[in-house]
Amino acid sequence: MENMDKPLTQNIQPDRVFATLADYEQTGGYQGLRKAIAELPPKEVQQWVKDAGLRGRGGSGFPAGVKWSLMPLDDAHQTRYLIVNGDEMEPGTFKDRFLLERDPHQLIEGTIIAAYAIQAQTAYIFLRGEYHLAARRIEQALQEARAKGYLGEHILDLDFSLDIHLHTSAGRYICGEETALINSLEGKRANPRAKPPFAVVSGLWGKPTVVNNVETLCNVPHIIRNGVNWYKGLGLGADQGTKLFGVSGRVRRPGLWELPMGTPIREIVEEHAGGMRDGFSLRAFLPGGASTDFLLPEHLDVRMDYDAVAKVGSRMGTGTMIILDDKTCPVKMVLNLEQFFSQESCGWCTPCRDGLPWTVTLLKDIIEGRGRLEDLDTLSRLTGMMALGNTFCALAPGAMEPLQSALKFFRRDFEHYIAGVAPPPSVKRLV
Amino acid sequence: MVTIEIDGVQYQAEAGESLLPVCLALGLDLTYFCWHPSLGSVGACRQCAVMQYQSPEDKKGRLAMACMTPVTDGMRISLQAEQARQFRSDNIELLMINHPHDCPVCEEGGECHLQDMTLMSGHTVRRYRGQKRTHKNQYLGPFINHEMNRCIACYRCVRFYDDYAGGRDLQVFGMHNNVYFGRFEDGTLENEFSGNLVEVCPTGVFTDRTFSARYTRKWDLQTAPSVCAHCGLGCNTAPGERYGELRRIINRYNGEINGYFLCDRGRFGYGFVNSPDRILKPRIHDRMDIPIEEAEQKLRDWLTDSTIGIGSPRASLEANFALRSRVGEENFYLGLDDNEQTMLEAIVDIMRNGGIRSPSLREVEQADAVLILGEDVTHSAPRLALSLRQSVRNAAFDQARNLNIAPWLDKPVREQQIDHRSPLFIASVCATRLDDAATATYRGSPEDIARLGFAIAHNLDSHAPEPAGLNDDARALAVTIADSLKQAKRPLVVSGTASASLAIIEAAYNVAKALPAQNRQLTFTVPESNSLGLAMMGGKRLRQAFERVHAAGRVIILENDLYRRAPLWDVDTFLQAAQQVAVIDCLNNRTAEKATLLLPAATFAESDGTLINNEGRAQRYFQVYPAPAPVRCSWQWLLADMKELSFDRLTAACAAAFPVLADIRQAAPGAGFRVDGMKIPRQPHRYSGRTAMQAHINVSEPRRPADPETPFTFSMEGATADVPAALEPVIWAPGWNSNQAVNKFQDGIGGHLRGGDYGVRLIEPSGERDWFRTIPEPFKPITGQWRIVLLQHIFGSEELSLRSPPVAERSPAACALLNPADARMLGVQAGDNVEIHCISGGPFIVLPAGIKPNLPAGLLGITAGLPGTERCCQTHHVILKKAIGEGPL
Repeated sequence: MENMDKPLTQNIQPDRVFATLADYEQTGGYQGLRKAIAELPPKEVQQWVKDAGLRGRGGSGFPAGVKWSLMPLDDAHQTRYLIVNGDEMEPGTFKDRFLLERDPHQLIEGTIIAAYAIQAQTAYIFLRGEYHLAARRIEQALQEARAKGYLGEHILDLDFSLDIHLHTSAGRYICGEETALINSLEGKRANPRAKPPFAVVSGLWGKPTVVNNVETLCNVPHIIRNGVNWYKGLGLGADQGTKLFGVSGRVRRPGLWELPMGTPIREIVEEHAGGMRDGFSLRAFLPGGASTDFLLPEHLDVRMDYDAVAKVGSRMGTGTMIILDDKTCPVKMVLNLEQFFSQESCGWCTPCRDGLPWTVTLLKDIIEGRGRLEDLDTLSRLTGMMALGNTFCALAPGAMEPLQSALKFFRRDFEHYIAGVAPPPSVKRLV
Repeated sequence: MVTIEIDGVQYQAEAGESLLPVCLALGLDLTYFCWHPSLGSVGACRQCAVMQYQSPEDKKGRLAMACMTPVTDGMRISLQAEQARQFRSDNIELLMINHPHDCPVCEEGGECHLQDMTLMSGHTVRRYRGQKRTHKNQYLGPFINHEMNRCIACYRCVRFYDDYAGGRDLQVFGMHNNVYFGRFEDGTLENEFSGNLVEVCPTGVFTDRTFSARYTRKWDLQTAPSVCAHCGLGCNTAPGERYGELRRIINRYNGEINGYFLCDRGRFGYGFVNSPDRILKPRIHDRMDIPIEEAEQKLRDWLTDSTIGIGSPRASLEANFALRSRVGEENFYLGLDDNEQTMLEAIVDIMRNGGIRSPSLREVEQADAVLILGEDVTHSAPRLALSLRQSVRNAAFDQARNLNIAPWLDKPVREQQIDHRSPLFIASVCATRLDDAATATYRGSPEDIARLGFAIAHNLDSHAPEPAGLNDDARALAVTIADSLKQAKRPLVVSGTASASLAIIEAAYNVAKALPAQNRQLTFTVPESNSLGLAMMGGKRLRQAFERVHAAGRVIILENDLYRRAPLWDVDTFLQAAQQVAVIDCLNNRTAEKATLLLPAATFAESDGTLINNEGRAQRYFQVYPAPAPVRCSWQWLLADMKELSFDRLTAACAAAFPVLADIRQAAPGAGFRVDGMKIPRQPHRYSGRTAMQAHINVSEPRRPADPETPFTFSMEGATADVPAALEPVIWAPGWNSNQAVNKFQDGIGGHLRGGDYGVRLIEPSGERDWFRTIPEPFKPITGQWRIVLLQHIFGSEELSLRSPPVAERSPAACALLNPADARMLGVQAGDNVEIHCISGGPFIVLPAGIKPNLPAGLLGITAGLPGTERCCQTHHVILKKAIGEGPL
């Protein structure tokens, strides 16, 4: 039986290694596909998804149906591509992995429906290179789907053909950026591309291409099967559907839960993650992965939806929180993050390529007692240099988000290091 | 045109253009690195940030990268807004984090775009305290130095080398701030246009290795407008001299020909000017130096009514005309290979009377379908190959337009190239360096290439004669090619002399004539810098001189090594039969060795002259520095007796003598030309050491050499402003010390030079020729015999550049190239020695074998012009044997 509250994770059960084709079909799997191809014209599928209000789960929150509707369906464009972005590398984020490893058919069905909606004959699943287990299970699921006639020529004997290829990445964070992903898939350096032209105009091999996140596509079969109204009823706030929310850090039960969009942060942290571990208190958190601004305990009552989190100065991002506790140094945490981003810069544009390593150098100087007060101005200026629009893609602006908010919220910690007073006193804020 | 507002001032601009070049064209200074007029916009360096305001009320604005921003009507931007200035300054600070402070010892210093942009941005104080990252440098061959620590990662090198020039062995490795631009491993850069990295690199990562050994700052180099001496395209160059030595060649912008780029032969082939093999003194019988007066007297004494004068395709029109005047028209011989003369005469005839336009390289780049018949253009006319490579992109530009992608967005347009390439068909004897860009290739003997050409022409127009008995593959290909060319709006046929086949040239004309498009074009490569000019002048054949030598007795040879023109035996006989042989040349060679009177000629760098390139464009090269006495221009030797002789008069006389050359006087202004009453200085204002340069000889300041022949002066004083852009010896503008300053001299960025590009076209299409109807029989190998086909090589086949050590180092080893089946039959493998016996007798030579897939069976490929292959003459039949033991004694 279908679990109508937790559609995405209904087949993922503690006693089950992963959902097989039979498991998946038992809860209505591939019925959405049948319905879409047999009953709905592609434009109609697009409209359903648009009406359902499904927003991109990769972090940007761009409405998926709108993205699809930009795909040119006229005869002048014979070749179209769909790419599944499974290059999940955002620090602290592990939501797609869960879906990939435990219920691969859900993604495959979503991919086929999406490909039908945009009339793509070929789809690629671009998978993070380290996701070996997911790769094996997807490959196996693809074979099962082909054998069952869900994939290949004339799917379900209907007038739509598609094949899906699995591509495992060589492993760079920047490949999660959709145009860098396309370059990588073409065998080029994973540098992002200029936009415009957007991928729907000139994407993979110069052809119209749609790139969707794994979790986004996993929503699609359920929308088609159960309808727009049902889906819209799932959200608690402004956004629709459910979302995988995760918490990592010193909480009692770090993990991942499928919850309605708009679930308050406090509920996620305190109920689902069980609150802070004994002896630790919440000092701040990154709400949506490493490239989002810190929020403070006073923001705990904010709902996890795109606009609500943006309103208080951060981003919902991937919806997977990282908790900063009172025993962890925020400056060192930021250094850790900036080291990651600095290393993952593709090296294409100046502010990111040369600005991030300088950020790291400055943070190290500060932590190791060589810092100067004016370094904080330099850091602050660097966050401005790497603001959105000033760099070629969103990597560096994302990297600046935890830093700029740390400079705002934890300035005293920085100053203590510079003044040589260590360790900085912790700010106790109990949940 | 739309109106835009920049810093409160209204300007007119073309909508849709990239804002950066628009700003530059308006004369505004805006910093940039990754953008290049020929490479387009990629938005990598973020250096051209400006403020863009959304509306007249918008006070805040936002930063935008000018290179990535299209011009729109009413757009309001600011270059001077504090936020934009600050961003550009901060961005340079980031770029400079790892840049070494080695300007005083860096060869880019003084003409460094990074220096210019740093100064322009206002960045001065460095706040970064960390360590700089360092790199290991690579050995990149004899042309280019590599100093990776200086790299600011603008990506222009790989974008030029890989994307623009089709190279494969220069790549970017690594990521974040550890990106590395180099080869997979140390080794010579393979691409024939690698030298442009020196100018494309905005700083000192890639520098001219040949210059490095005898380095001089830009401001200490003396320069004059010049024209490349190493092929028939006539690319414009700026040679630089110091202490009587030619130190380097850099590109001199010509919007119609070379644009921003030269080939490596043109850039690095100059070393012959400084060669120890230079002839520096008049000499008799190859042993005794004599004074000038005596040399002049001897030449005078030898001149009779029947003295044979042999001209040269590598000497100027003036030098050839001086010889022709001196010996008389009836005694003037062109000094060309017999077959080459036939071909050149046919080319001149087609260009003048065929009614089809001969395009400039700029026009070649705009062709939307190209057929190459019988040429490996990269080797016979290298810079043309670079233009042809760009022509293939036109379909991608069209498709980009369909998709509303701006044509200057380099990467997206290149992405469309995957499926959209303008057709390029190459028919050649064996694989060419442009094959990777080709739609289809055809391999065959020169006869078969010509037959393919005739078949294409017939498919386009049934009036054109049809070759009989064409095989099915060739017939099908001819249909495909004809269909492609028929659909093109600007189709181009490329042919030339490299295959030594008149039939190919005639077939090329038939194809061009048969094309329906009004904008059809036909271009021929010619081997040397003045081949076309010499053929336009016209004269008798070398063979006729050989026949007449017994009667004439005396011979004057102008800048010509006859051993490169005719079989060794014939030249030997000729020179032995002559009683007196006067040779005027710059370098010792086999002909010069046999001279009874040897006169030292100035090279292109030390003389003035007019050359006519393959397009039919007359261009003047000017003396860069005075020839060291007693070295003189060839024409000065020849006309030493004439009173009141001047270069201008000689040019005028030449123009008067040949109606087709009438316009050569317009190629450049004469000696009387003044700007604001002053001559144009060859030395930059900052030229240093004038009073000290010769202090080891004489402590008094030397009198500056006079130059009565040109509007230039050997001085740093003279006209500074208002010099026509095409006559600027050095490209230099306030704040712009590198060659990028050329944007200040152009009529539109990447367009023509202000006041017109250099040179004057002499031939415009007129008339119409009849179809050529002589179609050769297919090539049939004779069992046990091979026919020699000479293959051109960019490094090695051209006489002068091969005398430059770095070019010689890059020349291939002489070898005998065979079809794999032929090699099997002979039992030889690559590297085995092969004996080559001429059917007509004479000693055999031994060369190592090379296997050349696709070379037609029955042909023996020999790289033209290499030492050790003099006996291998074009189209001679030979017998091959696997060599056993040692070579011939």
